[in-house]
Amino acid sequence: MSVFDGLKFRKVSSPIHNLDPRIKFFYVIVIFFSAILFNQIIVLLTLFLMTIPFVLLAHVQKEWLRSLRGAAFLAFFIFIVNIASSYFTSGYSLTANQIESAIAMTLRFIVLAGSFSVFFLTTSPDHLGLALEQSHVPYEFAFAFTTAVRFVPVLAEEAQTIMDAQKARGLEMEKGSFLKKIRNYIPVLIPLIVSSIRRSLELAEAMESRAWGATKKRTNLYELKLHRGDIGLLIISIMILIAAVFTHFYVTIPSISQILFGT
Amino acid sequence: MIEVENLHFIYPSNVEALKGISLNIRDGEFVAIMGQNGAGKTTLVKHFNGLLKPSRGFVKINSIETTKTSVAELAKNIGFVFQNPDHQLFSETVEEEIAFALKNFGFKEEVVKKRIDWAMNLLGLSQYRDTSPFLLSGGERKRVALASVLAWNPNTLILDEPTIGQDHRQKENLRQFIIQMQTQKKTIVMVTHDVEFVAECNPRVLLMRDGEIIADGKGTDILTNQELLTKSSIVLPQIAQIFQELSCFGLPQNIIDIYDAKNILIQILEKKK
Repeated sequence: MSVFDGLKFRKVSSPIHNLDPRIKFFYVIVIFFSAILFNQIIVLLTLFLMTIPFVLLAHVQKEWLRSLRGAAFLAFFIFIVNIASSYFTSGYSLTANQIESAIAMTLRFIVLAGSFSVFFLTTSPDHLGLALEQSHVPYEFAFAFTTAVRFVPVLAEEAQTIMDAQKARGLEMEKGSFLKKIRNYIPVLIPLIVSSIRRSLELAEAMESRAWGATKKRTNLYELKLHRGDIGLLIISIMILIAAVFTHFYVTIPSISQILFGT
Repeated sequence: MIEVENLHFIYPSNVEALKGISLNIRDGEFVAIMGQNGAGKTTLVKHFNGLLKPSRGFVKINSIETTKTSVAELAKNIGFVFQNPDHQLFSETVEEEIAFALKNFGFKEEVVKKRIDWAMNLLGLSQYRDTSPFLLSGGERKRVALASVLAWNPNTLILDEPTIGQDHRQKENLRQFIIQMQTQKKTIVMVTHDVEFVAECNPRVLLMRDGEIIADGKGTDILTNQELLTKSSIVLPQIAQIFQELSCFGLPQNIIDIYDAKNILIQILEKKK
């Protein structure tokens, strides 16, 4: 469940935590966009390194590394699939370029996972809901989204308890053929789904008994305002975006093999 | 026989939940583990069937260390009934639910049938054989969960909060059931907050606080010790409370059982006549 740990928000105060979630989200989107734009290792590595100062400033390095470790399995899978597909499509041979593009694909995924992880680690679900609301997303949707985010760790914990309960009844998750292994998840998934549905019905009743949706126009206790730091991040984000687009069209980026072998 | 020696357990989140627990539970014993929330009760019993492995120290079940075997192997001897039945029920019928563990342990088809009948009879579930467990009431679901563990007849039974959400009659049934298990020389370990229920059963009591055992002894001694109980945020059982408040009349201080109380009161009242 380490992937979920990487998304768990803990309330602390740091320059990054205090930033406006809208600007932070814009920054993440810029990184996302740039990562999609390039498939050169150097650029992707730069994008990855750019996330690190944020992690250090926010003091979430432990959680961040844990989430990357959680993403490592998927990253490895992406690498293998890329290598395998280029190996089989190019007549059972591999060139340095193909290996590089497989690494780039993997790196791209890691950049995305890393930057989204920082975002979720440093943004409270409440702030996120507030940001959605003030960006004129209907309140129902904003609420559904923040509730979903908030219940991820709860669900992960529950899945662990259910697995324990079934193991105590002799279920061996890792035993059997591939198909059997998938079937082994049924005794875990059904209680998980059933209790989630039960919980959502209870939640709906609890909300309605506290007059959810009673008035059309809601007021908020907190309002998001842009501070100096937010403006700074906004400018940095826009500059990254411009630089990314400019580099993409006007600069040729050498591949690693070109740098190493000069070809 | 459950042997625990200097058991430490640290969760991945760096919380030290158990700080050096040592204890022995002999075959056929009935033990209640009590203490406030977060004292480490459930963490401790999860070590008994290997769901958690010690960070330091060891747990031995019938002289085999839990680190040297699998949960499935340990579960054959140790049945663990979880607090919330909704965390384990998943089958279409009660019968299939009870059969799940039996099939996991590889019992033969005839044996499975016999054991299902036996367990359903024992817990009064026979009329629900083909009912979906999700359609049953909370108390009934709890009984199905219990039946699904009892079915393979483990030597030791661990019950995590068995009385939560049960009405008085169901609690009395549970008590009768525990007494029945006792006569069959089963070991029973019960994690609970329900001080009245423990007072009625009068088992050996383990009191836990902050990952340590602060008291271990007879129910009559521990559940009447105001100082210990306050430390664990437990109130005295009602009988003990009355007897302690009336101590000036020469009433004994170590009474928690309603029948003992009755006999003592009869003696006093007879004398007055």
